[in-house]
Amino acid sequence: MEIFLLLLLAFMIIGSLVAIETRNLLSSVISVGVVGFSLSIAFLMLGAPDIAITQVVVEILILVILIRATITTDNTAIEGGRDTFPFVSSLIFFGLFLIFAWFAIQELPRFGEPSMRISRRYLETGAARTGATNIVTSVLLDFRGYDTIGEATVLFTSIVGAFVILRRRGRKQKSEEDREKFGIIEEEEIKKTFEGF
Amino acid sequence: MILYFLALVLLVMGLYCLIAKKNIVKKIIGITITEYSINLFLVLLGYRRGGVAPILLKGMDNGELVDKSVDPLPQALVLTSIVIGLGVLALMVSMCLRIYEKYNTFDMSEINKLRG
Amino acid sequence: MDKNELINDATKGMTPIVKTVVRFAMGIIVIFGAYIVLYGHLTPGGGFAGGVILACGYIILTLAFGKTLALGKMSNTGASILDNSGALLFITIGLLGYVGGVFFLNFLPKGVRFDLVSAGTIPLANIAIGLKVTASVFAVFVALSIFGRVMYQERIGDDQTEE
Repeated sequence: MEIFLLLLLAFMIIGSLVAIETRNLLSSVISVGVVGFSLSIAFLMLGAPDIAITQVVVEILILVILIRATITTDNTAIEGGRDTFPFVSSLIFFGLFLIFAWFAIQELPRFGEPSMRISRRYLETGAARTGATNIVTSVLLDFRGYDTIGEATVLFTSIVGAFVILRRRGRKQKSEEDREKFGIIEEEEIKKTFEGF
Repeated sequence: MILYFLALVLLVMGLYCLIAKKNIVKKIIGITITEYSINLFLVLLGYRRGGVAPILLKGMDNGELVDKSVDPLPQALVLTSIVIGLGVLALMVSMCLRIYEKYNTFDMSEINKLRG
Repeated sequence: MDKNELINDATKGMTPIVKTVVRFAMGIIVIFGAYIVLYGHLTPGGGFAGGVILACGYIILTLAFGKTLALGKMSNTGASILDNSGALLFITIGLLGYVGGVFFLNFLPKGVRFDLVSAGTIPLANIAIGLKVTASVFAVFVALSIFGRVMYQERIGDDQTEE
């Protein structure tokens, strides 16, 4: 079981390496899709069917949106070399980070023995107090409902922001066109024409 | 413990892609890989060896569920995080389309040049 | 009939094989999405996954039949109204918790376990979130695809107005 998870994680690392380094944008988007689907299998192996369902359908939408961004240009190949400074400095710093992370991980509880101090209370009284048998839903919508309100707000804001950015005629453009149509002259233009006097 | 370390390696690879690549769509892909690794790390923290999913079935006793199930709290947080990642990606791609319309390229070094 | 002309128009959308399959599959997708939303408190799923599945059903309708038919089913203003009403319903459920004394209290009777109508306000909250996510995702997809169409027309110098 753990061997299978190890193989899956190694597959994900190889997939994301392909996604990062390849020159064709379309194949890199497809590699990200492969990483996402194998992540969903990993969630299923780790005992989280809720998250596996959500990850599969959200992964399909991520692929659709990313491909929409990729086919904006007519050719999907990337040109150009690489700058040395970001490349070398990021390798050094991330190497240092991984070395320190290896020592920090030893302080976490061992894999497979979680210390469920808060979740013990949710599991013991969840089904009796809320009447729902899916404990994850009862945590999400009853014990921690305020976080879900925050999430709905973030989703709402980002969608409204995407609308505003993709508007066809912005408000400034519309008012300038109206101004040309009706011949309204602005005050500063009048002042500029009479400046020499 | 090796599994935690590999999840952090995935995080580092996503950040490297965000910093060191010049194409905007590659940077967005880097952010997506970083989000995957964080979600995986959170769910890995809550796994119990030989555990069942935290769903009460018919005929199962409540005490049995407390003894055998995996941790449901990181799962609720990760569910939130996945959907927020989708919203943020929609916003980023719409900005990317506007940048392409104005500068006609996806290359950050060309966009960064000052124009007189 | 106008609707039959829209469905059988060969210039819009995809080939007839895709149209026939999508016509059969669309009902199954909508029922499956609604099942995952409604049974969210008993089986894995919930409002978010079910809402995204329903939105994917509308997306496949748009891809197969063209934009006119899909926007006839749920127009831009319709999607905006659904989105906002889902968010307002969710907040109202939270504020109604003050009936019991606390914000977001589960105040409805809990019912019998394993029933569809049980667990108080949790199915209502799932439905509100499902509505919200469906409308949001579909509207963002329509906005992204329309934006490309405008850019393409400006690039080839065409000034037809959109239908």
